[in-house]
Amino acid sequence: MKYLYIITGLTLIVSYFKDKNKTKKGIQKGWKKFNKILPKYLMLLMVISLVLLISEDFIVQNLSHGNKYLGMFASVVIGSITMMPGFIAYPLAGILLEKGATYMVLGGFVSSLMLVGVVTYPIEKEYFGKRATIIRNIFGFAISIGIALSIGIFYGEVFI
Amino acid sequence: MNKRKRNIIAFFIFLGVILISNLVRFDLGIRVGENFYIFAKDMVLILPPAFILIGLFDVWISRERVEKSLGDKSGFTKYIYAILLAATTVGGTFVAFPLANSLYHKGAGYDTIITYVTSASLFMIPMSLMEASILGVPFTLLRLGSSIPLIIISANVLKFYLNKHEYILPKVE
Repeated sequence: MKYLYIITGLTLIVSYFKDKNKTKKGIQKGWKKFNKILPKYLMLLMVISLVLLISEDFIVQNLSHGNKYLGMFASVVIGSITMMPGFIAYPLAGILLEKGATYMVLGGFVSSLMLVGVVTYPIEKEYFGKRATIIRNIFGFAISIGIALSIGIFYGEVFI
Repeated sequence: MNKRKRNIIAFFIFLGVILISNLVRFDLGIRVGENFYIFAKDMVLILPPAFILIGLFDVWISRERVEKSLGDKSGFTKYIYAILLAATTVGGTFVAFPLANSLYHKGAGYDTIITYVTSASLFMIPMSLMEASILGVPFTLLRLGSSIPLIIISANVLKFYLNKHEYILPKVE
């Protein structure tokens, strides 16, 4: 995070000395884009705050035991619907591991958390359009399952 | 009333409900407020500088340059660029979506931007370090290793599909 500010600051300084007007135009462009998408981000914040209510206990209860393939599928589905920052997601994954969740389930969960974004759909749609967003997320779902299975095979949880 | 205004008003009502919940000690509302704070803090800090960088990118980087390194004419290295850019993008997909859109309109191919966005959601350096420390280094390496081929293959399938339908990404001014 600190680096983001350092890089932005340095870029601004270099840009300013190279061409004042271009710099001004760049900032205006960026600001305009930000301003346009801002309400969507605000809505996203609201939805995430509500979605996170159901998560932790629900996730621990549902993903720490049961049929491993069903569990893996459930982990990808739950990961697709919810969204959480890494500093919450990984400790949660650690708890799941302690409670007996398989590595395959964890792989599916942490992959689909960010990769498949049901709640980020309104934002992605603005930049990718409806069709590309939907297909990309379907592919993301498939990739998450692929990652989970590879992890499962490696840890000996899946036999082929 | 347009959608934009409606969203903003809804947001302020939401903030009001959180505030009142905290005053009257309404537990559910307080928990929503805590969740809100976690994400809002990051967004407030990350989005403004990120969008300034995107704006500067728009005015400074030429179309030829993007086409040459990330467009259809460049070889496999474009995926490496895309993955490296993703690993260092602060803010994950929130920042990756608008940047991918800008890259596309400067001439980057679908396969490159989809590789970029997908990688940005799967591995960012600080997150992967945290993952390795909690779930083990083999887990993280395995997850990254198995995802890279999947990402590049699916990005190419998507590219084929989108180009076949002459799909064009919306232009965000």
